[in-house]
Amino acid sequence: MSNTTEQVRKSLKARYRSEKRFRAFGISAVAFGLLAVVVLFTDIISKGTSAFVETYIQLDIHWDPAELGIDDPTDPEQVNYADYDALIKAALRERFPDVEDRLERRALYQLASSGAGFRLRDQLQENPDLLGTIQTRWILADDDVDMFIKADAEDRQNTRLPEVARPWVEALERDGHTDIQWNASFFSKGDSREPEQAGVWAAVTGSFFTMLVTLALAFPIGVAAAVYLEEFAPKNRYTDFIEVNINNLAAVPSIIFGLLGLAIFINLFGLPRSVPLVGGLVLTLMTLPTIIISARAAIKSVPPSIREAALGMGASRMQMVMHHVLPLAMPGMLTGAIIGMAQALGETAPLLMIGMVAFIVDIPGGPLDASTVLPVQIYLWADSPEASFVALTSAAIMVLLAFLISMNTLAVLLRKRLERRW
Amino acid sequence: METAQNLTDTARTIPAARMAQEPEAMNQKIPYPEQTIGKPLCDDPKMSMRNVNVFYGDSQAIYDVSLDIGKNQVIALIGPSGCGKSTFLRCMNRMNDTIDICKVKGSFMLEQDNIYDPKLDVVELRARVGMVFQKPNPFPKSIYENVAYGPRLHGLANKKFELDEIVENSLRKAGLWDEVKDRLDQPGTGLSGGQQQRLCIARSIAVSPEVVLMDEPCSALDPIATAKIEELIDELSSQYTIAIVTHSMQQAARVSHRTAYFHLGRLIEVNDTNTVFTAPEHALTEAYITGRFG
Repeated sequence: MSNTTEQVRKSLKARYRSEKRFRAFGISAVAFGLLAVVVLFTDIISKGTSAFVETYIQLDIHWDPAELGIDDPTDPEQVNYADYDALIKAALRERFPDVEDRLERRALYQLASSGAGFRLRDQLQENPDLLGTIQTRWILADDDVDMFIKADAEDRQNTRLPEVARPWVEALERDGHTDIQWNASFFSKGDSREPEQAGVWAAVTGSFFTMLVTLALAFPIGVAAAVYLEEFAPKNRYTDFIEVNINNLAAVPSIIFGLLGLAIFINLFGLPRSVPLVGGLVLTLMTLPTIIISARAAIKSVPPSIREAALGMGASRMQMVMHHVLPLAMPGMLTGAIIGMAQALGETAPLLMIGMVAFIVDIPGGPLDASTVLPVQIYLWADSPEASFVALTSAAIMVLLAFLISMNTLAVLLRKRLERRW
Repeated sequence: METAQNLTDTARTIPAARMAQEPEAMNQKIPYPEQTIGKPLCDDPKMSMRNVNVFYGDSQAIYDVSLDIGKNQVIALIGPSGCGKSTFLRCMNRMNDTIDICKVKGSFMLEQDNIYDPKLDVVELRARVGMVFQKPNPFPKSIYENVAYGPRLHGLANKKFELDEIVENSLRKAGLWDEVKDRLDQPGTGLSGGQQQRLCIARSIAVSPEVVLMDEPCSALDPIATAKIEELIDELSSQYTIAIVTHSMQQAARVSHRTAYFHLGRLIEVNDTNTVFTAPEHALTEAYITGRFG
């Protein structure tokens, strides 16, 4: 065996070893990443799923005209302003007649959600014949009751439900008068101070309008800027300066953009506060660098032979760009836009500066209505003291992720359609 | 500083720009002739170039070239890499306009029109002087769309049937019709290399140009595809004036009527193809065609 072969054999072993080592590093890095994702998702899902359902208690409601103060059920004014909470209180007194103490009574009344009366009002508005009858109704429970019912037997001691109220709830549960139902209001209502009434829909629509404004502004402006810089601008120190600044802008902390938006759009231009339009403008500024940089890369990757072919056929520069460069670069540009929009969707800091952190109950009807967005809603709930908001926070995170995934899926599908397979 | 960077970028893609920077790269023992030898001019020129000088930044790529291209004639431009023949060809339909640092001096006439007249629209010029590139570069569109692109761009056909006719005629002239008539809606990039190049030729003759410039059209093709293209050039020469840059001397000998030999930016010798290949007058030409450099 020659000397060379021997040497090669020796070095081969070392080579295989280092290859194996490298592969092990790679696998462990990926495994670590996956583990982190799994832990994160398990945590969020285990905490959040309970927010998608809520507890109801069954009570016999006596639609007593005297208690309500209604003498004519067809008069909308009277129906609107009647005291429906009194019906629930009466029903609770009926159900637990032993409770006589004033303080205990107050605790008893708090078993039902403070918003439960509005649902009774809606029912009466729909069906005035209910007046005077006694009906069995499922009444939305307070969040403390909700937590108590959802908790395991041994965890119940730690819930916030007052000591005195526990036997009552247990009695209701024993009689089958409690029920856990789908929390439809979570997907149809805005924020609330009461966790059991708080919904995520206002934030979802707010995010939707903000994203709409951002996309409508950032994508065309970004693409146009990229096309100009790549195809038309002369290469001199001014365009170099612009290029350096675009790259720098991509690294500016987002809260700075929020301050800029506050100073310019709100203070200087006098646009209203807390509206998706301003949020979208600020996020446009923030995502523009990302979109411009990726669009330029996509334009650069179009083969020069295609440009030459178009120019050689007598196309003007504009025609060359419109007929050939843009269609070929579009998938790459969309990828950049997806990244930029995903970044914008998760952005909280700049929106705090322009007032989208306000407590908004109404669902915005357009980009000029005050609203909040999903990440800010998550921030607000995470900051709230009530224990039930923990579950709501996780549930809102799930909604945000679902929003993100559906947005990206749409963009990927679009890109697939535009991508030329030849 | 910027120009220097630009120059290196350009040099990377254009050999003549690189050679212009290092003229001593080719060991130069044989002196250049004082004037172009042979017959650079002709009686009935389609295009006539006079005293052409081309610069990339500060370095000169073409030195004082005068050349006529006769009507319905095929002229072959040959010479070692970086001798400026492609640069010269690209100047003839102003494709070098796209390179910022490239400066062109001298006169280029296409019949009575000055090509570099600022009043002359480059779009019109390129409709009259078509170009076929080294690498087949069909658009990533259907075969039909590839050929119809030029006519549509210049508004040569208003009705669908007119366009169909142009497409069919162009493909027939390019000898591609029988091969693709059943799949006109399929991507042009799906064809073989030789077919793609013929598609590019069909594309450029679809606008009925007066002159077709070909920049090494066969260098990326196999011998069979090359033979087909050469046949095609022969047929086209009855209707079009063709200037072809080639590295293959056999090809120049086969397809061209006249041959021009470039060396390091200078036009050394122009003559009938037969004369150039059988009895070259200048020592450089002889050295090149006998394969002493290339």
